[in-house]
Amino acid sequence: MGYEPQADFGTPASNSEKLVTLTIDGRTVTVPEGTSLMRAAAECGGNIPKLCATDSVKSFGSCRLCLVEVDGMRGTPASCTTPAAEGMKVHTQTPRLEKLRKGVMELYISDHPLDCLTCSDNNDCELQDNAAAVGLREVRYGYNGDNHLGLATDFSNPYFDFDPSKCIVCSRCVRACDEVQGTLALTIDGRGFGSKVSAGLASDDFLSSECVSCGACVQACPTATLQEKPMKEIGKPERAVVTTCAYCGVGCTFRAEMRGEQLVRMVPWKDGKANRGHSCVKGRFAWGYANHKDRITKPMIRKSIDDPWQEVSWEEVIAYTASELKRIKASHGARALGGITSSRCTNEEAFLVQKLVRAGFGSNNTDTCARVCHSPTGFGLSTAFGTSAGTQDFDSVMDSDVILIIGANPTDGHPVFASRMKRRLRQGAKLIVIDPRRIDMVRSPHINADFHLPLQPGTNVAVLTALAHVIVTEGLAAEAFIKERCDWDEYQEWAEFVSQEKNSPEFLEPVTRVKAEDIRGAARLFATGGNGAIYYGLGVTEHSQGSSTVLAIANLAMVTGNIGRRGVGVNPLRGQNNVQGSCDMGSFPHELSGYRHISDANVRKQFEDDWGVTLDPEPGLRIPNMLDAAVDGTFRAIYIQGEDILQSDPNTHHVAAGLKAMECVIVHDLFLNETANYAHIFLPGSTFLEKDGTFTNAERRIQPVRKVMEPANGYADWEITQLVAQAIGLDWNYTHPSEILDEIARLTPTFAGVSWERLERDGSLQWPVNEKFPDGAPIMHVDGFVRGKGRFVVTDYVPTDEKTGPRFPLLLTTGRILSQYNVGAQTRRTGNVAWHPEDLLEMHPVDAEDRGLKDGDWARLASRAGETTLRVQVTDRVAPGVVYTTFHHPATQANVITTEFSDWATNCPEYKVTAVQITPSNGPTDWQEEYEELSRRSRRIAHEIQAAE
Amino acid sequence: MEIDRLTYMANQIARAFEPQGYEKAVQEAATHIIKFWDPRMKKSMLEGDRSGLTPLAAEAMGKVEAYVAEHAASAW
Repeated sequence: MGYEPQADFGTPASNSEKLVTLTIDGRTVTVPEGTSLMRAAAECGGNIPKLCATDSVKSFGSCRLCLVEVDGMRGTPASCTTPAAEGMKVHTQTPRLEKLRKGVMELYISDHPLDCLTCSDNNDCELQDNAAAVGLREVRYGYNGDNHLGLATDFSNPYFDFDPSKCIVCSRCVRACDEVQGTLALTIDGRGFGSKVSAGLASDDFLSSECVSCGACVQACPTATLQEKPMKEIGKPERAVVTTCAYCGVGCTFRAEMRGEQLVRMVPWKDGKANRGHSCVKGRFAWGYANHKDRITKPMIRKSIDDPWQEVSWEEVIAYTASELKRIKASHGARALGGITSSRCTNEEAFLVQKLVRAGFGSNNTDTCARVCHSPTGFGLSTAFGTSAGTQDFDSVMDSDVILIIGANPTDGHPVFASRMKRRLRQGAKLIVIDPRRIDMVRSPHINADFHLPLQPGTNVAVLTALAHVIVTEGLAAEAFIKERCDWDEYQEWAEFVSQEKNSPEFLEPVTRVKAEDIRGAARLFATGGNGAIYYGLGVTEHSQGSSTVLAIANLAMVTGNIGRRGVGVNPLRGQNNVQGSCDMGSFPHELSGYRHISDANVRKQFEDDWGVTLDPEPGLRIPNMLDAAVDGTFRAIYIQGEDILQSDPNTHHVAAGLKAMECVIVHDLFLNETANYAHIFLPGSTFLEKDGTFTNAERRIQPVRKVMEPANGYADWEITQLVAQAIGLDWNYTHPSEILDEIARLTPTFAGVSWERLERDGSLQWPVNEKFPDGAPIMHVDGFVRGKGRFVVTDYVPTDEKTGPRFPLLLTTGRILSQYNVGAQTRRTGNVAWHPEDLLEMHPVDAEDRGLKDGDWARLASRAGETTLRVQVTDRVAPGVVYTTFHHPATQANVITTEFSDWATNCPEYKVTAVQITPSNGPTDWQEEYEELSRRSRRIAHEIQAAE
Repeated sequence: MEIDRLTYMANQIARAFEPQGYEKAVQEAATHIIKFWDPRMKKSMLEGDRSGLTPLAAEAMGKVEAYVAEHAASAW
């Protein structure tokens, strides 16, 4: 499409089902009751001048530009604050209004720099547009009076500038921060002529303030006051392409606004059903990694990991890759080869990688990074409900009365959805947070959790069972729902179990360290408070009882009848953008696309007939098992697309040993990541901006990813996988990802109705999309569970074997923060390092004082698996005895500390519980120094060495 | 494959099913291992030292052994 700004109706849409009909400038228009006159006029093609109104925030009525006349009504009401009513006759353009508007605009312009021709907002400025619209031709007051033209610009934010000299104090930015983002970082400071937008205290600039750089204020600003820096450097966009963000599992849709081949800005798309026009600092701004100097765009090979890399042609690298794979298969068998699909890549790319492994390599040794995050979700929800996915769409939260968050940190991990959740909480929904840390959702402006259960890490099952104990023993179970929808015998068995005294909050208090009365209060609230919705994240899954916790969550939803309608449900918040999709695509070693086990001969036959091969009927290796088998000598070659297992997977020393033991490690990525230190072949990847395909977000929403520029490396990732497949003898001839999507639809019942054409038409689809659900299913299990009867599974608490003791007396739990993403490969190469340049270790003041540590001190963090050093951040966010860090920086390598313990059902690592000791330190550990040297050596590229010499 | 690691995993699986009653737990644990373990993992466990297995896990492995004997593709 060419460049057109997104339509702005001035005020939000009304949800009323009652319609009213009125006349505006002689045109009859029918709108939902509650619609403003401004919006009603816009919907029938009108354009009432406005400055303080925009449809992302509630009307404000301050600029006095949108005045109208209404027959029978005195004065000139503001159209933004006047609701449409039946039979109204409205006039938007009269001599009286012209005069009033001109007078208002004249005052604005008298205190505005008249630098339109050199202004970065020229031709994209609402003030300019409206000055033209009202016919302003002169400013009678002159420009010599008191004004704000000399105010200094705040350049502190890495992505946008704040130029108060151009500010008209319309408050759109302040209201966007309040209503859209929910951070309330901005305010109007002062009164009258002295009024100005302020990011907190007078001493604050935007960077040092509470601002989270979501971009809502920038989008709301009608002038160049708040504007993206590239707009100043590159100029106004000339075309826009709607695509899907490649960061978290919310799956925001954006308009990639381009000038030539240059991306000027990413602007959240108002029609995006996942984000509803909102964004976060990552998706909105942190895309600079695509052109970072570290990006590798030429293929490379090396015989030994001790050698420098040699750049080669695509022909040579593909031929060498194929010869290595064939050689190893011939000498060690098909089961010695495997691959890892990426949750950062598209559905089509994940599907092709697992197909390459199964049909080309001849094994089922395919896995995905969901192994280390949400594999327990797949197992648990499939067991309880019959589908490996969340039950709701994001909009559902607006119908929730009680929100239960467990093991998730939405403001940091899923910020755009967190804003929606906070909006519902500000409307009065109740909140229960189960988390060892006092996350921002516990207490932040206008948010105050009704219950925060700060449990001891590793005791999720105990807390959830105690909640169930209260519900069952106090007669709060939704028995009518259970009798109708669930297996009654299994329920009774489960109810008998949870009712036992050993599962009471009082009995478990010494284990969970949560006050029994708080558990009782939270249980009563969840069971009786109306629509109850559960949202969870990796604090649930990354435990030795991760799958049991997911089952316990499913039990809690069923026992309270909170499944199968809006406002309720079980909602896994997926970490990466396409975790759901990569799992759907058959990336796991035991199942084909659509979660069907590889041992099912009927299912296998469909794929065998379609692919023209015979498939191995036995499950393959999971990632940790691949590494074990590599050390053992039975697993020799791996193709890793878009993942960095050395940094992201637990027990770094073991990962390194496994990779080092392999004969052929193929890394397909944007950068020479940490895993590439052990690679023999490097296939340069393409960014999400450089290819077509689809991502599936946490609400099962399949959304198009559209190519906005040519791949810097020459090929989209699906094309590279196809080149490898062709070179090892597979007859693949895809010319566009839509053909891969057609194959997925052909072989996957839940995707049967999905096609590129439908996605182009509908924007997005939530699977299942098939004969039963032709338009998809925003809410699942409405008329019954997919598996038939909902299954209650007894989940007794089994303490982790990771114990604290004299050597390692503290518990480490890990997580992520807002500005960084996963291993940081992308975000570390953007301006986001301004907020998080290094991983920090959060410690309670008591634990810090015991060890003589102060804020900012270096500390040695050690577990039985390894040790590292990092700086201390003293905070009471964590309880005494618990410490916390992130894993975004390879210099820290938090996973040197984490252990081999994992979930019983899926081998999802137990990242969230590691016994550690912390001591003062004065510098990096020996390992960190050795690793830095290894990284330096392994990133040598031959031609660069020669050039340097 | 390292027998200690496999033994730990098998015991963990058996323990998770334990509350479902002994007979059912044995069957569920065996089914889980059949469905999710690669053939070399099964072989290593079946041919290795099983003395570290809990009684429930050991009995489940007996069922896995019977399955492997009947399914040629399960062989390593």
